[in-house]
Amino acid sequence: MIDVVMPQMGESIVEGTLTKWLKKPGDHVERDEPLFEISTDKVDTEIPSPAAGTLAEIVIEEGKTVGINTVVGRINEGDGAGAAGSAAAPAPAPPQPSPQADGAEPSRPEPAAAAPQAPPPPPPAPAATVVEETAGPLSPLVRKMAREHNVDLSRVKGTGAGGRITKQDLEAYLASRPGPAAGASPSAAMTTVPPGPTPPREVAPQAREVQPPPIRGEAPATRVEPMSIMRQKIAEHMAFSKRTSAHVTTVHKVDMTRVAKLRERIKGQIQAQYGFGLTFLPFVIRAATAALRQYPVVNASIDGTNIIYHRDINVGIAVALENGLIVPVIRNADEKNVIGLQRSIVDLASRARSRQLRPDEVQAGTFSVTNFGSFGSVFATPVINQPQVAIMGVGAVEKEPVVVEDAIAIRSVGYLALTFDHRLIDGALADQFTGKVKSVLENWSEEVL
Amino acid sequence: MGRNGRPENLLAPPELLARAGIAFHHTDRGGDVTYHGPGQIVGYPIFDLREWKRDVVAYVRGLEQVVIDALAGFGIEGARLKGATGVWTREGKIAAIGVHISRWVTSHGFALNVDTELDYFRYIVPCGLKQPVTSMRMLGCMVARDQVIRALIRSFARVFERKMETL
Repeated sequence: MIDVVMPQMGESIVEGTLTKWLKKPGDHVERDEPLFEISTDKVDTEIPSPAAGTLAEIVIEEGKTVGINTVVGRINEGDGAGAAGSAAAPAPAPPQPSPQADGAEPSRPEPAAAAPQAPPPPPPAPAATVVEETAGPLSPLVRKMAREHNVDLSRVKGTGAGGRITKQDLEAYLASRPGPAAGASPSAAMTTVPPGPTPPREVAPQAREVQPPPIRGEAPATRVEPMSIMRQKIAEHMAFSKRTSAHVTTVHKVDMTRVAKLRERIKGQIQAQYGFGLTFLPFVIRAATAALRQYPVVNASIDGTNIIYHRDINVGIAVALENGLIVPVIRNADEKNVIGLQRSIVDLASRARSRQLRPDEVQAGTFSVTNFGSFGSVFATPVINQPQVAIMGVGAVEKEPVVVEDAIAIRSVGYLALTFDHRLIDGALADQFTGKVKSVLENWSEEVL
Repeated sequence: MGRNGRPENLLAPPELLARAGIAFHHTDRGGDVTYHGPGQIVGYPIFDLREWKRDVVAYVRGLEQVVIDALAGFGIEGARLKGATGVWTREGKIAAIGVHISRWVTSHGFALNVDTELDYFRYIVPCGLKQPVTSMRMLGCMVARDQVIRALIRSFARVFERKMETL
């Protein structure tokens, strides 16, 4: 039986989707005849059969995505011509694109010594046999380190893409392994050393048995993993902000009915005309820029004992990412109307999520808005984005029974939270500012379309 | 419609497409559904990747670079969008890419919208993505098709380190 594996179609590729089997189980297949098709990133590739024979088994069905070198099927060499001599061939031979030396031509074997007519044996596996038993590809650096430290890589847990073993994994493994001095009983350690061209003095430290005895096979109670760079930056910035500013949050209840009705009326047309939806956020930002113009100290920052007033109103919008947060900036937000703001929000948010923002697009903000309402929160107390002095949080807009002129009416209501730096802004001013935003929203009069 | 095409991305039944003058074909390239028509430059490189890098993703990134470099010469800033192969501008996708590879030899390729009638894209969800499609003309670039072709050829030569000859 020959294993057919998912080939690696390029250096950075760790998995592929099996899109189509070109043969059914029981079908005869010639060596190099297209056997199945895979797809990676808009590329469809026909994969030739690694051997002649009968397709004995399909392991991975069409539509499944699997890591490279995963066995996707098996070929029984029994029937085909010339299967005879190939028994000595190394077992899992990847089809054509095997990880051979650059420039080699794997499809046609150069040694003409093979019997004429007989299909050539699959290409030999690369030399580093110690390393081959692990799942996933290995970088030359990891191979080298493994050789140098005489590490059996099947014991190292890979955390890289597709379970790949990274340099860090190997370093962590080496660090967790006792040093040569600590090695308790060298005799016990000798048992599982793989044969190979390793300097004998390196053999002793292979004392993995010194680990504490396993607790009935349970998973450990804790797991340690390093923060991503983004997470470190966020952690640093949040703690720094809390240390720096005197955070106070004030919350105003805003009747959004007018805006909600307007939005309801035009959002279909905007979707059709501009290709994006319409949320409450651009209305709030539009109202906030009016208030920022009226109360420039909210659009300021502090430098020592100086107040820096900013001419431009650049509004940062907090965008939640899969594992973090980024605040791209709408420059001169006061010069944009609702549609222009919505377009900027959609553009910045989508490029933030696809990591396509330019560095200058996350700088020079003078005020920030965060829309936790989109996650269902009614109100929250956001943290100021330094060196700014205020951030507005927009809560979910929901219909509520409200008393209007001694009658109960159903209105669309949302809470606006303003966190301000009490070093610079006093409560009265913060409430005047938020009151202005509220008043613009409640009495919305600007044409949108 | 490519190999990974989902039928729901075709928004009109074949009869309706036929009435609009569009022929519908299944092909063996990667990717979902797209539209080809007048005003588009379709590049169909038949290229043995063994002579370059044996890397299909690097090839697709290379095709994107070919288009990005060519567009730059006309003042259009093309970019990649992670997870969405093709060339993108702020106004939407300007070039689609779909490739087939057999024994390391490529077929299919890219389609760049120069002054394509974009209305035709309304019959489909291009590449299964919601983002809009655009063209050089939509971005305000009125340019002769020949000039764009020449720019693409130059940029292909540079990106893939080939010498180009007219056959």
